[in-house]
Amino acid sequence: MIHAEGLTKDFVGHKETVHAVRGIDLHVERGETVAVLGPNGAGKTTTMRMLTTLTTPTAGTARVAGFDVQRDPAQVRRRLGYVGQGNGAGHGQRALDELYSQGVTFGLGRRESRARAQELMDGLDLAGKERTKVSDLSGGQRRRLDVAMGLMHAPELLVLDEPSTGLDPHNRANLWEHIGQLRRERAMTLLLTTHYLDEADAMAERVVIVDHGSIIADDTPERLKSQHAGDRLTVTAGGTEYAVRLAELLSSWTGTGQVEVAGATVTAGVAAGSTRVAELVRAADAHGILLADIQVRRPTLDDVFLTLTGRSLRETGATHEAEEAAA
Amino acid sequence: MSTTTLTQSPAPTAEPTTEPPRRSLARDTGIVLARELRPVLGDPFSVIFSLIQPLFFLGLFGPLLVGNLEAGVPGGSVWQWFVPAIIVMISLFGSSTVGANLLFELQTGAHERMLVTPLGRSSLLVGRALKEIVTLVVQALIIVLVMLPFGFTLYPVGAVLGLALLAVLGVGISSLSYALALAVRKQDWMFWIVQQTLVFPLMILSGMLLPLEGGPGWMQALAKVNPLTYIVDAERALFAGDLGAPAVLWGFVAAGLTAVVGLWLGIRSMRHSD
Repeated sequence: MIHAEGLTKDFVGHKETVHAVRGIDLHVERGETVAVLGPNGAGKTTTMRMLTTLTTPTAGTARVAGFDVQRDPAQVRRRLGYVGQGNGAGHGQRALDELYSQGVTFGLGRRESRARAQELMDGLDLAGKERTKVSDLSGGQRRRLDVAMGLMHAPELLVLDEPSTGLDPHNRANLWEHIGQLRRERAMTLLLTTHYLDEADAMAERVVIVDHGSIIADDTPERLKSQHAGDRLTVTAGGTEYAVRLAELLSSWTGTGQVEVAGATVTAGVAAGSTRVAELVRAADAHGILLADIQVRRPTLDDVFLTLTGRSLRETGATHEAEEAAA
Repeated sequence: MSTTTLTQSPAPTAEPTTEPPRRSLARDTGIVLARELRPVLGDPFSVIFSLIQPLFFLGLFGPLLVGNLEAGVPGGSVWQWFVPAIIVMISLFGSSTVGANLLFELQTGAHERMLVTPLGRSSLLVGRALKEIVTLVVQALIIVLVMLPFGFTLYPVGAVLGLALLAVLGVGISSLSYALALAVRKQDWMFWIVQQTLVFPLMILSGMLLPLEGGPGWMQALAKVNPLTYIVDAERALFAGDLGAPAVLWGFVAAGLTAVVGLWLGIRSMRHSD
């Protein structure tokens, strides 16, 4: 569905050239759901804009839904549903009118367009808001309407650029529930960007992690986690002297990452750590180390990002949102 | 036939190669126009509210003209001279502010969404421009009806041609306004500064409000290179029923050139707006 090779975008400014995207290869098969994850400014949106014909690549090629984005942009647009970061529905329009216009734009007949618009409004929990002006809808309703806009022509591919940003947790969950349901109902390819880790983890079959304009990892969430971040063991020893010896013991294991001691508590990243708890207890026993508590935490995509970049995605995302809120 | 039926899933469809039906500019423009008109139809009074400014000119400026210019204007009747100019003024105000609507839709994301549809780029310009023309026709009708009791004579064929001329001009000015909006979208306040800076001199230097014949030579020289001068002259001829006047031809030339330059710039800035 998407075959991009060496996709590159430079923004030439007055003082400096910004290399927003540096040679991205991305392949998405029909029916896949792929999440592009990365901090703000990583090049996610620019990549989406190149794939949706909104921006011409500086270098590289991309075929989307069988057509080259640069040679046949009109063909690509026909087959693509796009939900950008802004509101696709015009604020001065009524909700149902915008859906209808969108349908007619994509070649649906009047009756068909009206029926489909109503169907999507019902399906996305917008019934009763048909004649409401878009600007009078709540944030969550407006976002669902945007998704409905992207679905009017039943596209083969739906591209969602940060669909849930700016929504409260309740509305985020609600939006994803709807998107998940739509995905199950129709064989649609889904490409989405997000900086919420839990969304990528829950929604996507494949996660592509982007940082500084390049793909740094591309795999299923499970495999990314098992390959790039071990389980985290948090062991509380019977005293600080035990903790130090426990730390030495854990460090000697193969597959152990950084080991930290804080008082009587030792934390360590251990590959397949959950399967080694029994081994840990036996070894501690043999060395005469007293244990008070053992906790195993499965890794998150944030741990993956941390391992790959040395930075936490949560932090970079949070700072940006704080900046946005302040602006 | 075996008893077990293998439900064969349809072969995975190859990348689509079929050519969808060709799109026409007229159809795309119609879609954009209909979308633009829908909020107006839902709130028809907005058309009348946007008439307030021209009505002030008509009501407060017109009588001054009558007092000072009687017999001084070509053609004799001040209202016959002033009403076509006011209609050009409405068209100018309307179409030069089209970009502001676009700026709003640029900021909210609706414009971006429309760029990822099969709509032809020029239909996005022309459709929005035509919406101004539709409202202009309604507004012109109101003005004419208001002025008939004051001795304004309507020549229907000339008036229809006059509105057609303004449609061509409107497409040009709307597209220029569109290009301006795209150029200043990072500093939207710039839009109004540029728009006001251009519209008022163009208006005064077209002889719209006062005849320039009595003005200094430099003003008359500037008026000669102002396309709007030719439009205003053509409108006056058309609304006087003088369909064969050379001014009419020059008016269409000026409007046509404005439309070509406007569309070229507008489409160009839309294509390069990333």
